Amino acid sequence: MGFNITNKEYNQKVKEASKNSKLFLDVILAFTVGGIICVIGQIVLNILKMFNFDKETLSSLVCVIMIFIGSFLTAINIYGDIAKFSGAGTLVPITGFANSVVSSAMEFKSEGIILGLGSKMFTIAGPVLVFGVISSVVCGLFYYLYLLIF
Amino acid sequence: MFSNILNAFLVGGTLCAIAQILIDKTKLTPARIMVLYVVLGAVLTLFGIYQKIVDFGGAGATVPIMGFGYSLAKGVMSEVSKNGFLGIFTGGITATSMGVCAVIVFGYLAALLSKPKGK
Amino acid sequence: MKLGRQTVEFEKPISIECAYSSVGKKEADGPFGNYFDKVFDDELIGKDTWEKAESELLKETIISLMQKNKTAFSDIDYIFSGDLLNQCTSTSFAIKDFNVPHFGIFGACSTFSEGISLGSFLISGGFAKKVICATSSHFCTAEKQFRYPIEYGSARCPTSQWTVTGSGAVILSDANKGPFVTHITTGKIMDLGVTDANNMGAAMAPAAADTILAHFKETGRDEKYYDLIVTGDLGSVGMKLNIDLLKKEGIDISNNYNDCGNMIFNQKEQSAKAGGSGCGCCASMFCGYFYKKLLEGEYKNILFVPTGALLSPISALQGESIPSIAHAVAITM
Repeated sequence: MGFNITNKEYNQKVKEASKNSKLFLDVILAFTVGGIICVIGQIVLNILKMFNFDKETLSSLVCVIMIFIGSFLTAINIYGDIAKFSGAGTLVPITGFANSVVSSAMEFKSEGIILGLGSKMFTIAGPVLVFGVISSVVCGLFYYLYLLIF
Repeated sequence: MFSNILNAFLVGGTLCAIAQILIDKTKLTPARIMVLYVVLGAVLTLFGIYQKIVDFGGAGATVPIMGFGYSLAKGVMSEVSKNGFLGIFTGGITATSMGVCAVIVFGYLAALLSKPKGK
Repeated sequence: MKLGRQTVEFEKPISIECAYSSVGKKEADGPFGNYFDKVFDDELIGKDTWEKAESELLKETIISLMQKNKTAFSDIDYIFSGDLLNQCTSTSFAIKDFNVPHFGIFGACSTFSEGISLGSFLISGGFAKKVICATSSHFCTAEKQFRYPIEYGSARCPTSQWTVTGSGAVILSDANKGPFVTHITTGKIMDLGVTDANNMGAAMAPAAADTILAHFKETGRDEKYYDLIVTGDLGSVGMKLNIDLLKKEGIDISNNYNDCGNMIFNQKEQSAKAGGSGCGCCASMFCGYFYKKLLEGEYKNILFVPTGALLSPISALQGESIPSIAHAVAITM
């Protein structure tokens, strides 16, 4: 049988039928929630500044504390609920990175500690590490050449 | 004290808002957005742009995943200045080791102590 | 009797002797919550993994169905059953203690009508007297297999559908007790090049439209013959496209048409986006709601068209389009 419609025409129809998300509302929510998470990070940073850490340790500590917050909220089954409406607001901060690792570990524990938890922990976050490290090596290489030439 | 909190809110919020626009307007999945942000963070750091954003936004620039790219690139650049060629391979991971280690430990502990809950 | 290329008409219509449905809490909170026979408030159903929970859901549904109809498993000739998990494991674990000859089937969300079709053929051919057809799906197992871990905070896009935690089972037999299956129109694979796994309604709409069109052509019936045409899980987006495609062919079903995926949730309040999906969606809606409405006489003739998106996580990652299928079952009271 088949219809008198090409794949291209149909995909055009699909686009029209698939209403866009309420972009404005989504963006406002992402902005607000993401902003608040960063404010928490800033407050932590401001408090830690009172102690005499050097700059590198300071930023690493903030990072670890934020990761802890993200992990903790995931473990008590709350992070996913916040993410339902905040979208990118909970995805982009480092807490979202923690959430992706912790949620995978929790989910796949049922397939065993080694092959479940251990190997599936980075199913979502793995690419971030892979491409993060590769881009750092590429940056390092360019910087090395830059130092050689100038 | 308070102005840096406002700056963090604005910069962090903006980075998240841009990602939201990408999610809604393109077919980019969350994992792709995270990768894009990390790579972008590293590249912008290499050209000295991201440092300016960090100076202005503080945690608003370092807490988003772009800050991870920033740490990677910054780490590798300072190692290269100190140790030369070998720094290319050590710098990135050294600078971010604390975060990566934390995520593995917390992930492991959380999985041992907690269970996913439906919906 | 074969009518045309895709449709079979039964000389002696097949009886749907009994039906039973079970759902999870979210489904019970939906607009048809009161119709389902059993509600499991606990997503894990007392088990320690999602997969075991889904098996238990299916097992409980079939056992309750047997109790409701006061039938023993020794009277059942075959079970046709399937689910969404790899290698249909939910089904295999659920029915392993029943000691009944079994065919495991897969047709994604169309599995339920696939089972009813095959069961009806067997009974009509005289190879069986009583056949069970059942399917199940579980939000958490489907999410884990096809998308992300449950606790992962990923935003759902507006075209995505929410996998129903639910199961439905029917007993088909040669008895003289309505409602009856009178016609089966078996679908063909349709693929109009939709690749977005978050928009399965759009991928499946052509399959539904194609099967409905074939059914009308081959039976000589039209949309006015049926009190209701109800598709499987196209959701709100796929529904619109299905109506649109059929309109192009000169058939207007918009007056007596609905979709199980579109019905099962309050899409806005329950944040189900484009609606429900999964093998358990149309199965629980049919066994819970439509079957009762047929018995009550509210509907006399319905055309039930579950649709299936036959993708796998691997084919989706490799950028393949989504092949789809729909099987129509004409039911008369």
